[in-house]
Amino acid sequence: MPMNAYSYTLLILLIPLFSFLLIGLTGHKYKPIISGLIGTAGLLIVAVLSYMTAIKYFWTDHVEGTAYTSFKAFETTWLHLTDNLTINLGVLLDPISVMMLVVVSTVSLMVHIYSLGYMKGEKGFARFFAFLSLFSFSMLGLVLATNIFQMYIFWELVGVSSFLLIGFYYDKPSAVSASKKAFIVTRFADLGFLIGILMLSFTTQTFDFQTLVSSDGPALTHTGGAVFMGLSAMTWALTFIFIGGAGKSAMFPLHIWLPDAMEGPTPVSALIHAATMVVAGVYLVARLFPIYSIVAPDALTIVAWVGGLSSLFAAIIACTQNDIKRVLAYSTMSQIGYMMLALGVSGYGGHDGLGFMAGNFHLFTHAMFKALLFLGAGAIIHSVHSNDMREMGNLRKYLPITHITFLIGCITIAGIPPLSGFFSKDEILVAALHHNIYLFAIEFLVAGLTAFYMFRLYFNVFWGKERHYHHTPHESPLVMTIPLMVLAFGAIFAGFLPFSELVTSDGLPFEAHINYAVAVPSVLIALVGITVAFLMYRRTSAAPDKVASALGGFYRGAYHKFYIDEVYLFVTHKIIFRYISQPVAWFDRHIVDGTMNLIGNTIEKSSYLIKGFQSGKVQQYGYVFISGTILLVIIFVYLW
Amino acid sequence: MTGNIPLEYFLVLSTLMFFTGIFGFLTRRNLITMLMSIELILNAVNINFVAFNHYLYPNQLQGHFFTLIIIAVAAAEAAVAIAIIINIYRSFKSIEVDKVNQMKN
Repeated sequence: MPMNAYSYTLLILLIPLFSFLLIGLTGHKYKPIISGLIGTAGLLIVAVLSYMTAIKYFWTDHVEGTAYTSFKAFETTWLHLTDNLTINLGVLLDPISVMMLVVVSTVSLMVHIYSLGYMKGEKGFARFFAFLSLFSFSMLGLVLATNIFQMYIFWELVGVSSFLLIGFYYDKPSAVSASKKAFIVTRFADLGFLIGILMLSFTTQTFDFQTLVSSDGPALTHTGGAVFMGLSAMTWALTFIFIGGAGKSAMFPLHIWLPDAMEGPTPVSALIHAATMVVAGVYLVARLFPIYSIVAPDALTIVAWVGGLSSLFAAIIACTQNDIKRVLAYSTMSQIGYMMLALGVSGYGGHDGLGFMAGNFHLFTHAMFKALLFLGAGAIIHSVHSNDMREMGNLRKYLPITHITFLIGCITIAGIPPLSGFFSKDEILVAALHHNIYLFAIEFLVAGLTAFYMFRLYFNVFWGKERHYHHTPHESPLVMTIPLMVLAFGAIFAGFLPFSELVTSDGLPFEAHINYAVAVPSVLIALVGITVAFLMYRRTSAAPDKVASALGGFYRGAYHKFYIDEVYLFVTHKIIFRYISQPVAWFDRHIVDGTMNLIGNTIEKSSYLIKGFQSGKVQQYGYVFISGTILLVIIFVYLW
Repeated sequence: MTGNIPLEYFLVLSTLMFFTGIFGFLTRRNLITMLMSIELILNAVNINFVAFNHYLYPNQLQGHFFTLIIIAVAAAEAAVAIAIIINIYRSFKSIEVDKVNQMKN
């Protein structure tokens, strides 16, 4: 396969970087809309290039029946530290990175177009687009990274862009604290990632992904080595790396930043906190999947259980929230849990790699329908100026396009055939069933809960009682509804992509069938969820309150997100701040600063005392000199 | 010729001259007087050189030569010092040492 035929993929990285610099540096000089158009045009080119790459990679250049190879379209040595330790930057193409290219560029382009309408007239319009471009650049860099260190660099860059965009309304205290929370929590998790990188690269002596995952490479042939608490160094390394992934992907218990991140503008939530950045953790595990699967199956079990429990946990909370964006945020967390679980239950190679394929498939379809749902929620918020679903009702007659596209999103996420969510979720359930019956049971339950909470949201917003609105809600302009329609199209048809032939753990295609023993019950439970939601929320009634009071403490716990935030606050404020930070601060203020102040004060005082000696009067100097001489003479001649 | 005068006489004389010079150097504010005090100190040293040379090493001449060098250096020094003092006087309209406390006037 000719390498240089793909070297144009470097442009995919450079165009968003260029538009970020252009808008960021000169955006204040022209009309805001120009900045928006620059960013959107840049992303349009990126999207076209990504589609070209995908078509070329998956179809045109692919020889039927052979494995998809991974190769570097471009690589350069960035830091040459020693002959053995260099840090490279480049572009790596393999099935998952090409798939992610399509996801990131599609969603990013749609969000750019949508934002032209949604952010119209906002203060900081140009800044918004500059940050969106920065985010697109970082995310694409993360996806295309050739080595784990490059991935870490871009990993932090997406964290920064997420921080900047959550805190976009920086005059709003809640947005500021949400952005800080997101940054600190993910940064804390990234510490685990960094430790994992160091352990992994120390054990294998390489950063390079291709070397790491090659079947005769240092990682997969690594045996023995240090053992700590019964687990090998590789297992520890990959567990730490997963902590980084769990932080970015909002897995329990590092999920607390994601609901608060909804303080950012809604297009940002759609792009960063639903479709792209939060799946970086899934991507990371998928990227290192052969190592997880072959060398560190214990770490993979952790991935599976964290994913499964997070998805259940988030789905329960999502049923009780009233802020539509928060419902979607918990739904995102739940769906990412699905993907993690799919990777966690997967084996390596052939049909054993079903989970791997299903996880990536779900990542792909989820990006489409969750971006659709978020953008739809944005359109709703845009028209009624509220996030609270209790203040909405009967909106279907005001927002026909939003209504239809949102309904498509809800059906897709609920997993009703033949929409895309059904296919990917079905594969995950099959993979889970093959691996572990408990995990399958959890995911089966979550499938029902998902259908319930999404249709609870849907019926509350679009049906139910007419509310009093400040002004008559109106449908959004075309620039906002077209992305909705495009994404709805993606959500409907993405399921027909032959993923089991494209993205597999070992690059070889395999046959995946719909397993009716799993598919039929999962569709049924989704229908049950929808029916319950229909009965409870079709008309505004007292039924939900009755159910809530019947559930009692459990409902209150879920409503308060199971008090995880409070636990964090307790641990940080009452334990860490009081018993670690305050003593450290005291030590710093009194001992460290005190020593320095003492030295400074002593010198100042003593110099004040002796500064009179340097009077500039030559006779005084002579006097001192002669006195000293006489003194020395007396000492040495007479007293010695 | 000097056979009757003991060495101590010369030493007492040079000591008196030396400390007179020191006293003058430390107490006088007038630059010319200070210069004269320095000359006294140098001459006290000269007396010592000559006296010690004569009494302790009558066959050698190092003390005399040193004295001659000191006289020559003192003459040069006096010339330079007086030139500086004249310049100071032109700048400060004074040759009081305490008035000369600025690098630039």
